[in-house]
Amino acid sequence: MYLTKLIFGIYPYIALTVFVIGSWIRFDNEQYTWKTDSSQLLSKSGMMIASNLFHVGIIMIFFGHFAGLVLPHALWLGLGISDLAHQWVAIIAGLIFGVMCLIGGSMLWYRRMYNPRVRINSRRSDVFIITWLMLTLILGLITVPFSIGHANKGDPAVMLALAEWVKSILLFSPRPELMDQVDPIFRAHIFFGMTVFLVFPFTRLVHILTAPFNYLGRAYQIVRTKRRTA
Amino acid sequence: MKIRAQFAMVFNLDKCIGCHTCSVTCKNVWTNRKGVEYAWFNNVESKPGIGYPKEWENQEKWKGGWEKVNGKLELKAGGRVKKIVQIFANPNLPQIDDYYEPFTYDYARLQNAPLSEAAPTARPVSQITGERMEKVTWGPNWEDDLAGEFASRARDKNFSNMEKEMYKQFENTFHMYLPRICNHCINPACVASCPSGALYKREEDGIVLADQDRCRGWRMCISGCPYKKVFFNWESSKAEKCVGCYPRVENGLPTVCSETCVGRIRYNGIILYDADKISAAASADDVQDLYQDHLDIFVDPFDPAVIAQAKKDGITDDWILAAQKSPIYKMAVQWKIAFPLHPEYRTLPMIWYVPPLSPVQSQIDQKTLPTESDGVIPKASAMRLPVQYLANMLTAGKEQPIVDALNRMIAMRSYQRSVHVEGKADLRPLEAVGMSEDMAKEMYRYLAIANYEDRFVIPTSKEEMRLEDYHGFQGQAGFSFGSASSVGISPNSLFPERRLESMEPRKLAPHADDLHDITGERY
Repeated sequence: MYLTKLIFGIYPYIALTVFVIGSWIRFDNEQYTWKTDSSQLLSKSGMMIASNLFHVGIIMIFFGHFAGLVLPHALWLGLGISDLAHQWVAIIAGLIFGVMCLIGGSMLWYRRMYNPRVRINSRRSDVFIITWLMLTLILGLITVPFSIGHANKGDPAVMLALAEWVKSILLFSPRPELMDQVDPIFRAHIFFGMTVFLVFPFTRLVHILTAPFNYLGRAYQIVRTKRRTA
Repeated sequence: MKIRAQFAMVFNLDKCIGCHTCSVTCKNVWTNRKGVEYAWFNNVESKPGIGYPKEWENQEKWKGGWEKVNGKLELKAGGRVKKIVQIFANPNLPQIDDYYEPFTYDYARLQNAPLSEAAPTARPVSQITGERMEKVTWGPNWEDDLAGEFASRARDKNFSNMEKEMYKQFENTFHMYLPRICNHCINPACVASCPSGALYKREEDGIVLADQDRCRGWRMCISGCPYKKVFFNWESSKAEKCVGCYPRVENGLPTVCSETCVGRIRYNGIILYDADKISAAASADDVQDLYQDHLDIFVDPFDPAVIAQAKKDGITDDWILAAQKSPIYKMAVQWKIAFPLHPEYRTLPMIWYVPPLSPVQSQIDQKTLPTESDGVIPKASAMRLPVQYLANMLTAGKEQPIVDALNRMIAMRSYQRSVHVEGKADLRPLEAVGMSEDMAKEMYRYLAIANYEDRFVIPTSKEEMRLEDYHGFQGQAGFSFGSASSVGISPNSLFPERRLESMEPRKLAPHADDLHDITGERY
């Protein structure tokens, strides 16, 4: 009971606070450490498949979670998507991109652990974060059969409870008791997922926050002058 | 017309002896750190050869530089959208082995080895893994002085439209050195390739720098540069490149590689160009026009209209004077003996090269070589180095400018030979190529004597006139791992370092150079 409250009532706020403040401090004070930490130069083989599968998979998974859990439930109902249809879309998309991410991520994990050049030049945080992400992903994939079970019974209650719980967290009135009715595998997956946010500022994941979309609208050439106008 | 000044160099290949002093001094100053031990901001290649990294000139392989697509200038590796799509794994990125796996030797073994019959040896050790390497198979200058078999070296892209088989024969072998640094291009492909906007060209002197703080390690510049002169520091995961020794250049000193060149082959100076002409010059339809178009963006620093516009664009008197005395302007524009390296990459590179003369001594002795009127110095077409090879390297294959340059250099030598050997000036070789005696004398002074003050004409930077708050730059000179080119203050800082309001005047004083006049009248 207390543990549920701690993990699903308090821990999310700790994780999000560390995520926001930690990233901000690192961006402010440690710009030089803010980078993708690519190791492609050291070993290129397999990276075209591994890195692309991993990244495309995980980005789509992120947006899937965002759409299903953060965007308001009423939006989907308003668009005429029933809860059950919603669940099936989530299952299928999650399965496709989850498997993509699993294949790519496993290759990256193997490379990180067993490619001598990459291994010896890995920080502890590098090994930790790829391992943790893969564990989170595997837990997430294990939830799929449970979701299929629910969907086959025509019962989207668990999915709705999860969305409701996320909403309660984001609206600052946490309802950890919603998680009591949820299968333990979902709870484990969520705990691992929240921890990703907690460790985010201390790992290479920060590169996500500076994804270079402004490149698309930028002039090719950049000329800087030392003259200050402000 | 918008006049900008560019810090540029000319390398006189005719005098390069391939001693690698430039490479070593550069390395000791800039890249003697973990992560860039494989990176040589300056290296000297033996040509013909595939170079460093392997086959860097083969843009079908590496996709560096620009190309013209449907009449428009576009990065050869693809535009912005393609770059973003390829950001998870850059298909054109070299692997470190394309440069070479950095190594050291197990020197401790020489002292620690137990007593044995044979002398202990220091085995090579990889500087990436720390493991012993069985065999070193490639290095920063593996082809030095034509080492290795011809078949390997013949992959040199400059052979592309030549019958290269005949150069396999010992009698026909030729050889030259090619020292290379960042070209500080006027249309840099690395800057254009950088998704995070970390690479930039300095307006004041055109030096291209990589902002170590803004760089996120997306590694597009590494492949985008056709000269492969942006390096990925695998320790810091940031791009690093030749900084044009800007802390020295700003103070009027030549770059380290130039200062230490024992052959005195390197010339440093500034040249004025019209920034409005850049895109037209880089997008000529025919690659063989690019050399001439590049020449055409340079402006005459003696032209009163140019001087007036330059002053309007914030270029100070001493910089205009330096542009007038610039060895770069003389060699590239006035004498036309210096050429850009691979103009066909369309980056408008600003390190130019004087092609080497390569007389065939044995044939001269046998008097079987067609010579100039002096009967001693062979004609340009009778040199050991095929003109086509030089042209492929320096003028996108157009031979005439190279032949003309070689002929001018030969005429100068022939004239000087008549003065010093015959004791009587023979003007016929000069007349044959349309050179004046003064020009020949001046070329001799710059090329043969190469006095320090002729080679290096570098005006000091005008920091005090550019910055309202020049104290804000204190302690920021050098290769810092911070925002060395900005004032280093983020407006959205969580922990602001300075109270801006109390540090700086609300109403800024006018810029010093707005009050400044070339005649000194209007101070």
